[in-house]
Amino acid sequence: MSTPGLLRTALASNSGPSALRCLSSTPTRRFRDSAPRRGNFTTDSYPEIKRDPRFSQITAEHVAYFRDLLGKDSALVDGVTADVSADDMEPYNGDWMRKYRGHCKLVLKPASTEEVSRILKYCNDNILAVVPQGGNTGLVGGSVPVFDEIVVSTSRMNQIQSFDEVSGVLVADAGVVLEVADQFLAEKGYLFPLDLGAKGSCHIGGNVATNAGGLRLLRYGSLHGNVLGLQAVLPNGTIVDDLCTLRKNNTGYDLKQLFVGGEGTIGMITAVSIQCPQRGKAVNVAFLGAESFEKIQQAFREAKSQLSEILSAFELMDSYSQDMVHRVRQNKRPLDSEHPFYCLIETTGSNSEHDAEKLEKFLEDVMSRDIIADGVLAQDETQIKSLWSQREGITECVGHFGGTYKYDVSIPLKDLYRLVDDTRERIEAAGLKGDTDEFPVVEVVGYGHMGDCNLHLNVAVRRYDKRVEEVLEPFVYEWIGKINGSISAEHGIGIAKKKYLGFSKNDTMIDLMKQIKKLYDPVSFYMASFNEATTTNT
Amino acid sequence: MSALRILVPVKRVIDYAVKPRVNKAQTGVETAGVKHSMNPFDELSIEESVRIREKKRAPGGVEDICAISAGPAKSVDILRTAMAMGADRAIHVETADGDEGALEPLTVAKMLRAVVDKEKSNLVILGKQSIDDDAAQTGQMLAGLLGWPQATQASRVEFKGDSIEVTKEVDGGVETVRAKLPMVITTDLRLNEPRYASLPNIMKAKKKPLVKMSLSDLGVANERKLKIIKVTEPAPRQGGGKVEDVDGMISKLKELGAL
Repeated sequence: MSTPGLLRTALASNSGPSALRCLSSTPTRRFRDSAPRRGNFTTDSYPEIKRDPRFSQITAEHVAYFRDLLGKDSALVDGVTADVSADDMEPYNGDWMRKYRGHCKLVLKPASTEEVSRILKYCNDNILAVVPQGGNTGLVGGSVPVFDEIVVSTSRMNQIQSFDEVSGVLVADAGVVLEVADQFLAEKGYLFPLDLGAKGSCHIGGNVATNAGGLRLLRYGSLHGNVLGLQAVLPNGTIVDDLCTLRKNNTGYDLKQLFVGGEGTIGMITAVSIQCPQRGKAVNVAFLGAESFEKIQQAFREAKSQLSEILSAFELMDSYSQDMVHRVRQNKRPLDSEHPFYCLIETTGSNSEHDAEKLEKFLEDVMSRDIIADGVLAQDETQIKSLWSQREGITECVGHFGGTYKYDVSIPLKDLYRLVDDTRERIEAAGLKGDTDEFPVVEVVGYGHMGDCNLHLNVAVRRYDKRVEEVLEPFVYEWIGKINGSISAEHGIGIAKKKYLGFSKNDTMIDLMKQIKKLYDPVSFYMASFNEATTTNT
Repeated sequence: MSALRILVPVKRVIDYAVKPRVNKAQTGVETAGVKHSMNPFDELSIEESVRIREKKRAPGGVEDICAISAGPAKSVDILRTAMAMGADRAIHVETADGDEGALEPLTVAKMLRAVVDKEKSNLVILGKQSIDDDAAQTGQMLAGLLGWPQATQASRVEFKGDSIEVTKEVDGGVETVRAKLPMVITTDLRLNEPRYASLPNIMKAKKKPLVKMSLSDLGVANERKLKIIKVTEPAPRQGGGKVEDVDGMISKLKELGAL
C-alpha cells in the first residue's frame, strides 16, 4: 500500500471536492445533528498508509515565506507557528462524511494563478506535500490531507472572469461555487451544464478536476465535452495556460483532458472555460412507482423514445432509500402506495404546452400498460422542488445515523440493481445489520442516475467499523470487475479506491498513467515508486 | 346538517417560486412566458374540501365539490388540477387575457354569489387571499353579499353537531369561532398540506365535467373602480460587503466615518 504522503497533488487529492450530488449545501448543520462529531484520523483507520519521511516537515521559515508571498494574514491558517483553534482547522482537515481526517497544520489561500504557481514551485523545491482543496465536498477522501500536507484552497480565487452572451461560454476562477455560477448564468438565460446535490458548497475547479457527473449528465453530457479550456499549475510551478473559449480546436494533443478528472494528481486547476447551454424555461417533474427493476428499465426505454429531446433526468431510487428519507425527515411521501422502486423523470424544454402534452401522453401510456404502478406530476415549482428533494436528500438522510460507506459505480443496466441485493444479503448473512445500536449497519440502499448506468450503493452505518468494511471490500469491487463495470463512475479514485484501480483498468492502462504522472510530477513520482510497487493514483 | 355542496373558488397566478418582474410599460408584472400555477391558498381549500369528504367529517356527508375559476383560457389547467386533487366538477368563467380581463374583488364576489345561487352551494371554502393582488377581500365581500357568517384564516375546521367550528391564528394565539351552515370559510397556510396530483387522478380529471360560462351569463359586469397608474419594483437592496480580516474591517469603518 503506498500512498504515503507523496506530493499529495500526486496523491489522491482532488483539487476540489466536488462531489457529487449528495450532501446538501449545509454540511455544518448535519455535523451537529448526528452522532460522532469528528471522524477518526485517517492514519488511525488505515495504519497501513505511512508518511514518507523524505517529505519535509513544515518549519517557521516555510510559513514566513508563504506569509510574505500571500501578503496578508487572512490568506493563511497557520497552525505551525501559532495556535489555531481546532474549529478553524477542522473544516480543511476532515471530509463531510467524517470518514477521513488529516493532521494538516497549514492552509494557504492564494488569490491568483501566479500565487498558486509560486506556492507549488516552492513546495516542489522544498519537498513539501500539498493537497489542493476546493469546497471539500468530495466523497473519496481526495480533497483532505492524510498527514501534515499543506492544503492549498481555491476559496479566494472566486471571480467570474467573463461570459459571452452569444456563444454561452463562461470563464471563471476555480474557486467559484457551482451554485453562484449557475445563478449568474440564470440571470442571462443560461445554465451551468452540471448540477449536483453539493452545488451550494462545491467549487467548479474541483468539479472539473474530479470530472463530476451529477443529475443532468444524461442531457448535457460530461465535463470532458463541456470544458473548452482551463488554466492549471503543474507541481513545478509551470502555468499551463489553455483557457481556450472555442468549441472546435483540433490543434494537437488535447492536454486539458488530463486535468479533467485527473483529481489534481498532475496539477492544480485555477480557472476554467465552459460551454453553457440555454436554460430551458419549461420544466416538468414526475415521480413514479414501479413493481420491479425490469419495469423501471422498460419505463426508461419508453421515456427515451417518447420524450427524447426534452428528457433531462431519469433518476432511480429503491424503496429502502425512500424509507430512509421518510424516517429521517418525517415528511409526507409523494405517493400514497409503496413500491419497491421509484423513478423521477424531469423534462426541460422551451415550450411548456408542447412538453406537457408529450409528458402526459407518455405517462398515460406507461400507466395504461402497467409499466408504472402509480405516480404524481408536480403542479407547481414548489412541488418540483419537493419531489427533487426526495432524490437529492437521500445522501444526507443516509448519513444521518453516523456514516455511510459509499460506492459509486457504473454497471450495465440490466445488472445494475443486482449489486444492491447481493450486498444486502452479504451484510445480513454476516449479522451486521439490525435495528438496535449493537449492529453497525442500518440499511443498504441503492439509487442513482439510471440514464447513465450509474448506481450509488450506500451502506448507512451507525459508526465506521472494520468488520463492515471487510465484508464490503473487495467484494463490491470484485463484483464490478467481473461484469466489466467501473469502480468509480463519477466520484473519482481519491484515497478510498486507490488500491482497487486494477479492477477497472488493466496493467497497460495503469502503466500509461504512471508515465504521465512521472512526466508532470517527477518529484512525487519517485517518492511513490520507492514505496512498494503500487499504482500511482490516477 | 344537510349534505354539503361545497364551492371552491381557485385562481391562476404566477407561480409562488417565480420572481415576478415589472413590465416595461410599468402597468403591471410581466406574465407572458412566466410559469403559472394555482394560488397556494386555493390548494389548501381544495385539499380541505376533499379531506372533509374522505374522512367523513361532515355528519350530512359531502354531496358535491365544485371548483370555479374566473380567468383567461389557461385557467382550465388549474381547474383540471383541482379535479385531479378531488373536486367533482369545475366551472370556468372565461375572461379576456391580460389587463382588460382582470377582475376586482367586488366583481369576483358578485360573480360567486350568482354561482352560489345557481349551484345551491351551502359552504364556500376559498383562500384568504391570492398571492398576486394580495387583496384579501373576496371572501369577506362574498359573505356580506350573501348575508352568511364567515370564518376567516382557518387553521382548523371541525364539525360539531349542526355547526362548524373554525380555529384561526391571531396575534399571540388562536381564536375559535362557530357558525351554522350556510357559511364562508377562508383558508390559511397551516390548515393542511395539499396532496400531489396522482397520475390516475389526473387521467380521471380529464373526464370530469367542466362547464364554461361568461360573466354576463351570471348577470355580472366587469366594473372597474380602480385604475392602476404605475407599478414599480422596490428599490434594490444595498448589498452588504465582506471584509477579509480585521484590518479590512477597520479601514472600512474608517472609510465610512464610523471610527
